Amino acid sequence: MTAQAALATPSSTLDAVALRADFPTLRRMINGHPLVYLDSAATSQKPQVVIDRMSQFYAEEYSTVRRSIHLLSAKATQAYEGARRTVAQLLNAPETRQIVFTKGATEGINLVAHGYGRKFVGEGDEIIISATEHHANIVPWQMLCEEKGAHLRVIPVNDRGELILEAYEKLLTDRTKLVAVGHVSNALGTIHPVEEIIQMAHAQGAPVLVDGAQAAPHMPVDVQALNCDFYVFSGHKACGPTGIGVLYGKAEWLERMNPFLGGGDMIETVTFEKTTYAPIPHKFEAGTPAIAEVIGLGTAIEYLRNIGLEAIAAYEHELLDQATARLASIPGVTIIGTARRKAAIISFTIDGIHPHDIGTLLDQEGVAIRAGHHCAQPVMARYGLPATARASFAFYNLPSEIEALGAAIEKTIAVFAL
Amino acid sequence: MSNKSLYGEQIIYLSKHPKNFRPIENAHCMCEGANPLCGDRVTVYVNVGDDGTLEDVAFQGSGCAICMASASMMTTAVKGKKRAEAERLFDEFHRLVKGELDPARDEHRLGKLTMFENVSHYPVRVKCASLPWHALHNALENKGAASTE
Ligand SMILES: Cc1ncc(COP(=O)(O)O)c(C=O)c1O
Repeated sequence: MTAQAALATPSSTLDAVALRADFPTLRRMINGHPLVYLDSAATSQKPQVVIDRMSQFYAEEYSTVRRSIHLLSAKATQAYEGARRTVAQLLNAPETRQIVFTKGATEGINLVAHGYGRKFVGEGDEIIISATEHHANIVPWQMLCEEKGAHLRVIPVNDRGELILEAYEKLLTDRTKLVAVGHVSNALGTIHPVEEIIQMAHAQGAPVLVDGAQAAPHMPVDVQALNCDFYVFSGHKACGPTGIGVLYGKAEWLERMNPFLGGGDMIETVTFEKTTYAPIPHKFEAGTPAIAEVIGLGTAIEYLRNIGLEAIAAYEHELLDQATARLASIPGVTIIGTARRKAAIISFTIDGIHPHDIGTLLDQEGVAIRAGHHCAQPVMARYGLPATARASFAFYNLPSEIEALGAAIEKTIAVFAL
Repeated sequence: MSNKSLYGEQIIYLSKHPKNFRPIENAHCMCEGANPLCGDRVTVYVNVGDDGTLEDVAFQGSGCAICMASASMMTTAVKGKKRAEAERLFDEFHRLVKGELDPARDEHRLGKLTMFENVSHYPVRVKCASLPWHALHNALENKGAASTE
């Protein structure tokens, strides 16, 4: 069997060819070529079941949640709270009330910066993040530090894109009030050793927030095994709708934290003198929530769990290995981020060709990648790059698409070889 | 490659071998332009004569091929022209890359600058082509910094 034929053989762990049929967007032609969608780290495509579930909710079941006593509202509340149970199962949360719906990973982090940070972080305290964070896990902490006179400390990263834990150990002190790290780096693909990071923080008495935006859709996550204090992710990167995300928190923290937004649904009683807040999670869900999106997210997570997160992780790892080998075989291509533990995200540069030009030329071949700083400018600065091109994979990608990527890169190099 | 291709041979050639790619010591005006989204950066230097002629125009910086080639073409196009003429070219160029000026039908003085016509089919790349021109404009206005944001 030739290498090409081996690449074309679907993995035994899951049937990606069959699963692709669930995704209407993947049938599109782009610039005369079949779409090769390699931008799932930015946002994933949506399976028909999610699209159908949301339209069915709007067409046949639509009502508000929790506020009204009529039948439709009771049903909507059931569906909404059912989705919360599905999310709790995905993360293996001990209790469903530990799942708070947010707009996305960004809002989840801001909620913790506000609800925990404003209450428990003071002047001279320190918050530790890592050098590979997405801006969503940098800026809220900077804002908090500025407000409180606290300081941001940064775990450095080595040339491969791995966090330097010896340096982290030195940063941890009794002034550390929180550690906030990504589970998987969206710019480099590194899977960070969050278990160890959490143990070390807890030994110093500091809680840990894990930004799971790039992890929860791609590998099994067990918040009890990790023993993290907070875990966030976004629905739209997990085959779910936009505008919805999840914050998991330990109940003892969520109960002690300040609420985030004030309004309806987050209260127990209101008088003009005093308001008492609803129990968690409702304390953090002020206002009419994104009901259809929550229900859609629940369906997306059921869909992922049916395929199996273990199987998804194993299959995507095969894609990563194949794509890494294919790109490394092209002269002039450099892969940025070569950690020993990686998710299926490959940042790369091509000698003498700006990532934006790579992005446009690949798009002309139907290959959709991201080019830019990936909302992680400090990472780019660490490697002395203004930008990279990034191909990111999901379980619906095929080995043949890796070949399409490789061929499109070779064509790009040829166009520029004047 | 389709005839709507962004990358004509001349654009690629100029992006690798840009003209007037140098600083001007003690330039009368200069401006650094930046496109925060993609990290393109160009500094444009201009010397203006007593009669308002752009006697020397040069640039330095780094960016995508469209940005580099556009900066190169701009320096050659405006050198020796009066400021008002340069501003008029900027206006025509801007309309060209936004698809508001059809070089085959509308009156213009763009000359070889029409090689950027196909940028209008790539809305996300309009900023790449126009960044050097914004920097030139701001240099002439003595603003010191330009941004496409
Ligand atoms: C690691 C990481 N954290 C946070 C975010 C922010 O997610 P969202 O924009 O959905 O809130 C992203 C999305 O790009 C990400 O990759």
